Amino acid sequence: MEILTAAALAVIQPHMLLIILLGVTAGLFVGALPGLTATMALALMLPFTFSLEALEGLVALGAVYMGTIYGGAFTAILINTPGTPSSIATTFDGHPMAKQGRALEAISIATIASVVGGVVGVAFLLVAAPPLAQLALKFGPAEMFWGAILGLTLIGTLSTGSVLKGLLGGAIGLLIGTIGISPIGGESRFTFGWPPLQAGVSLIVALIGLFVIPELLSMIRQGRAALEQPTGLGEAGYKFGSAMRTVFSKPINLIRSCLIGQVIAVIPGAGGSITSLVAYNEAKRGSKTPETFGKGNPEGLVASESSNNVMVAGSMVPLLTLGIPGAPPDAVILGVMLLHGLRPGLDLFTQTGVLANGFILSMGLAALMLVPVGLLGGRLIYQTIRRTPHYFLVPTILVITILGTYALRNNIVDVALMLGLGVIGFIIRGLGLGAAPIVLGLILGTIAEQGYVQTVLGGMAMDIPQMRLFANPLSQVLIALIVLVIGWTAWPKRAHRRKE
Amino acid sequence: MTDSKYSGLTVVLGAVSALAIAAPAAAQDFPTRAIEYIIPFDPGGESDITARLQEPLMEAALGVGVNVRHQPGGGGAVAWSEFQGNAEPDGHEIIGINIPHIVAQPIQRSDAGYATEDFDIITWFHMTPHVLVVRADSPYETLDDLLAFAGENPQSLTVGGSGTFTGNHLEALRLQEVADVQLTYIPFTGTGPLPAAVLGGHVGAVISNSTLGVQLGDDVRVLAVAAEERLEVLPDAPTFQELGYDIVGGTYRGVAAPKGTPPERLDMLADLFTEMNETLGERQIPMGFQMTDIRGQDAIDLMTRLREQYGDFLN
Repeated sequence: MEILTAAALAVIQPHMLLIILLGVTAGLFVGALPGLTATMALALMLPFTFSLEALEGLVALGAVYMGTIYGGAFTAILINTPGTPSSIATTFDGHPMAKQGRALEAISIATIASVVGGVVGVAFLLVAAPPLAQLALKFGPAEMFWGAILGLTLIGTLSTGSVLKGLLGGAIGLLIGTIGISPIGGESRFTFGWPPLQAGVSLIVALIGLFVIPELLSMIRQGRAALEQPTGLGEAGYKFGSAMRTVFSKPINLIRSCLIGQVIAVIPGAGGSITSLVAYNEAKRGSKTPETFGKGNPEGLVASESSNNVMVAGSMVPLLTLGIPGAPPDAVILGVMLLHGLRPGLDLFTQTGVLANGFILSMGLAALMLVPVGLLGGRLIYQTIRRTPHYFLVPTILVITILGTYALRNNIVDVALMLGLGVIGFIIRGLGLGAAPIVLGLILGTIAEQGYVQTVLGGMAMDIPQMRLFANPLSQVLIALIVLVIGWTAWPKRAHRRKE
Repeated sequence: MTDSKYSGLTVVLGAVSALAIAAPAAAQDFPTRAIEYIIPFDPGGESDITARLQEPLMEAALGVGVNVRHQPGGGGAVAWSEFQGNAEPDGHEIIGINIPHIVAQPIQRSDAGYATEDFDIITWFHMTPHVLVVRADSPYETLDDLLAFAGENPQSLTVGGSGTFTGNHLEALRLQEVADVQLTYIPFTGTGPLPAAVLGGHVGAVISNSTLGVQLGDDVRVLAVAAEERLEVLPDAPTFQELGYDIVGGTYRGVAAPKGTPPERLDMLADLFTEMNETLGERQIPMGFQMTDIRGQDAIDLMTRLREQYGDFLN
């Protein structure tokens, strides 16, 4: 308790609050720009933090991280483009809400949900880090494989309309994921002897290509009349109070999303994109009116935005206790800690308790800071986009996405891939194939492949190496869950048919 | 006689003073614009973090901006092949390089897109020796315990490491050969997942860089270090050589310019990196890094030696 008080005093200093404010604001804008990721923002800040005290540096990084993950929601809501992979699920209901003239309401809901998520993540980190860290360690290659397969069953719910089309999209995603140097074994696959393809298709490249470009093309297709109009985002007033009521009127959804976010966040390598997709999926499944999801139901928005902000502090659990980065941006934070002579582990909390707890508390402050920064910044971004006519908006977004894609890996091939995938995405959207199942296949395919190969390799001394996939109790639990989920997806339809 | 001696001295003195004048002159015409410093890996990795620490020191010393850009993909190959194809050999474009990556990839992949010898190596500025690590509660107290188990149970002992045909992998292959045992090497994507693999008991042991051994502290036991001498930061960990196995190796990191860069500019940059090592060493040595300054012919010899050592495994 004394340590906590000291830590709180160390953080509630004017210059610390200023660092948090600036960090959250900068993060918000980076997150809102497609292609600029939290990892990149943190890496760019590294030389700057080197000149600061250890605590100041970590506080700055934590604030930027929190701001970035939240900032992704703006573009998701306003132009149907996830600014970061963690806000894919935010597009599903956030953008339909904006189209109905409820953009500001959606932004307010996303803000409140993000704040709740951020604070909950910090609370978990303060009180439950050691047992959660043990959970993180349970996830070995076999569990990662089954976890990824479980994730792929989300396609059943995420595909609007035909499940078959969703599965087809997932398969396309899996195939795209195999391009490049194989994660295990190091062979070149589908590079056709062309060195630049060794890098494969980055998730963000696919994300921008499949989400942004089709959106821009369909804006263009609406024709000249629509192009000259300002974006029809409506004028509905500021709904902070009603947004608060909306978020807290479904407490079960909020609690469930936060729990899901926390559990997935501690699994190393899972990442924010999966967190929000799973939370969204469960919100839809738990709802009495699942058919309203994808059409502007605020519950979907709450699920996505609360769960992905839980992840910010949540992924610090394995980082601070074991030195295992839970998500890519954590790797940069680990680097900064090591450079300041801080070693993750129990010592971090006992010997440098003020610093460790101060860092954790500062993330909570960063989450609270999202309210003023997000609502003011959000209004600014919203007003700018709303007043901008399509003929100006479309080329501007196109230029930003091209720059963002290039900045990602400084690779011009990425830009070509992004544009190519964009055209393909536009065509298949017309055929009723959504972008989300493709991206899900791309994310999970790599995880499943690694898990499978690593598990089977480890069983080389056994008669049937594949048996190792079924050996662990946690694997068996996951397999049972997969069977349940598939049964659940198939069952209601049959019941429905019988009624007819 | 004295006369000629005198004149000889004059020539030498003249040459020295000419050099002294020439050096600042050379410094003035280079650098004339910002330095592009490319890191072929993801942000947050050892190469990236080192470069971001060097960046402000380089800017102060050179008086121009330094742009650190990362261009990850293919274990570095994407950036290296583009660099060899497009970079100007005038010293303003430099790139991070790693051993054994730039030695192993062109042998192992037909489409690596670059050649080991088509770099002008500025310097290898530090290295991290490999370490063999087990969890603190592992039944293997010593390297011999571990090898005895591996000898009796071929392929049963799993050893995790970063990537395939990387330094970690090649070291595992050498251990197999030198100790005459059969291990099962399990590649992970980078060093990031290795702590979870060893602490969670998903692999029996891990071959990784010294930095990981230092970072995990008391949670793990470092059974052996692939260096010629014990590391100051891991005083209790014996070297492989002490234990009777001739294994010395690690990951070297450095910087290179495109082939054909003027030698005096390479030297100037090499001097700068050596100078920066003093400042960075204060922070990096406690993390498990060994600061080095291997340049010129030594840098090429190092690669040739390692190529011979690893060559059999790569073909």
